[in-house]
Amino acid sequence: MTSQGNTALKTTQDAPQSDIAVSVRNVSKIYGGAIHALNDMTLDFPRGQLTSLLGPSGCGKTTLLKIIGGLLDQTSGEILVNGKPVDGPGPDRAFVFQDFALMPWATVIRNVAFGLELRGIAKSEREAVAEKYIAAVGLSGFEKQYPHELSGGMRQRVGLARALSVNADVLLLDEPFSAVDEQTRRKFQEDLLALVEHEKKTFIFVTHSIEEAVYVSDQIALLLARPSRVSEIIKPDIDRSISPDALRRDPVYLDTVERIWSSLRSYVE
Amino acid sequence: MDKHLTSARALKVLSIIIVFCAWEYAGRIPVSPAFPTFLETMQGLWEITIDGSLLRAYPETLKPLILGVAISAVLGITIGVAIGLSFKVEWFASPIFVVMQSAPLAALIPLLVLAYGIGLTSKVMVVCIMAMPVIVLNSANAVRHTPTSIKEMGRSFLGSPMEIIFKIILPSAAPVIFAGLRLGVSAGFIGAILSELLITPTGIGDVITYNQAIAEYAKMYAAIFSIIVLAVVFLDVIEKIELTLFRPDKRVSA
Ligand SMILES: Nc1ncnc2c1ncn2[C@@H]1O[C@H](COP(=O)(O)OP(=O)(O)OP(=O)(O)O)[C@@H](O)[C@H]1O
Ligand SMILES: [Mg+2]
Repeated sequence: MTSQGNTALKTTQDAPQSDIAVSVRNVSKIYGGAIHALNDMTLDFPRGQLTSLLGPSGCGKTTLLKIIGGLLDQTSGEILVNGKPVDGPGPDRAFVFQDFALMPWATVIRNVAFGLELRGIAKSEREAVAEKYIAAVGLSGFEKQYPHELSGGMRQRVGLARALSVNADVLLLDEPFSAVDEQTRRKFQEDLLALVEHEKKTFIFVTHSIEEAVYVSDQIALLLARPSRVSEIIKPDIDRSISPDALRRDPVYLDTVERIWSSLRSYVE
Repeated sequence: MDKHLTSARALKVLSIIIVFCAWEYAGRIPVSPAFPTFLETMQGLWEITIDGSLLRAYPETLKPLILGVAISAVLGITIGVAIGLSFKVEWFASPIFVVMQSAPLAALIPLLVLAYGIGLTSKVMVVCIMAMPVIVLNSANAVRHTPTSIKEMGRSFLGSPMEIIFKIILPSAAPVIFAGLRLGVSAGFIGAILSELLITPTGIGDVITYNQAIAEYAKMYAAIFSIIVLAVVFLDVIEKIELTLFRPDKRVSA
């Protein structure tokens, strides 16, 4: 019943499909003429993979994500999404906000369907799509609730469902799990892996947590502050066919976490 | 939830009863010979109702009041939203309303009468001067303080500037805009009575001044009481409108 809704939403993909979904080329951002948030950053995001941006507070992760999302203009440099330069927000990218950014006066289903509402999709059609993603994030039965009636974890699921329902190629997630407890967080991370698997989308994921980055990422970009730059690209070579619990005890997993730790520590000192 | 609502109502009724009892008590001391008890006032209210003087007075009073409040609401919210959206409009318009809010009305009334005479226009102006500034300033504040992240959300999901204003900024600002509207309406009521007392005694203002002149204090207070009741009912209606139209999420917990 929702397939019809989805074809209507399919973003135009006339550009030839390369392996790189998002390409950041020599991007700098200077706030107010003085604060160098990003300095000549170059970074590629492979299609269909999850890339984490990992780094200390204030190193420009949110800034980079907002520039990719078209919410912020870079001072110099270029962002390419599917080969086309970014000039403002577009249907090929969807944002998941750190503070959820839900509308408190709207029900769960209206919040989830809001991206489609802004695209002028008819109510019945957009609610059918929203319904599908509400179920996908495990919130069936909460459609008519308001955000203040939900827990923090549930609110972030609403934010995630909203981003999924516009069927963008690239999902931009700014520390989506930072406001939830450790248990919920682990559950979310597993769900996120399943999503990457099924949705065939490119995920760009900002996090503070080394363990989280190693656990969910195909690729980790280690960012360092002042001036912000990519210090290292790490591809955790983890066998995901084993169970989540076994994975967290996997030597490769633990080694990668340790390696990033020592990398960050050497820069701090 | 039902329990909550009934207990809220019970508390409101209790508060009203306490006020009336205190009034009755103060009237019986008596505080002043010109201060009637609650029961005497109710008696007076009954009398001015059946002799038709209230019925004749209200249309006269309501005309400038409703006109002034309607103009203030529409114009005030529009200007306030514009101020909140644009710094340029703020720099241009804001000083006018700050001055208006602090201007001594009694000093302005002779000027208004000189310019517009003693008719409806002057009275509507008085209502507007009282009601508009607080509506404008509240609306501007509410719009200015819309959370950045939901505005960014609107942009990132491709909302047009108009959609962002109407679907995000206005609903988000609605509670504070309506708070301003309630304050403005109360001020408008004061303005309407003030204009009748200071410009020409018409409507309720006439009932008040007349009964004061012939020392019918119960009837005078009854007239004042009736306008307060009207104001409270009016404010309640505004709150209902707000909750149904703009903030369904607050309806249950209110
Ligand atoms: N609007 C702004 N105006 C001026 N400076 C800003 C602005 N936003 C961010 N900055 C500065 O840019 C730098 C990078 O900020 P950013 O929010 O991108 O960091 P971050 O990596 O996301 O940090 P965190 O992990 O704490 O979220 C910081 O030094 C910050 O002070
Ligand atoms: Mg950040």
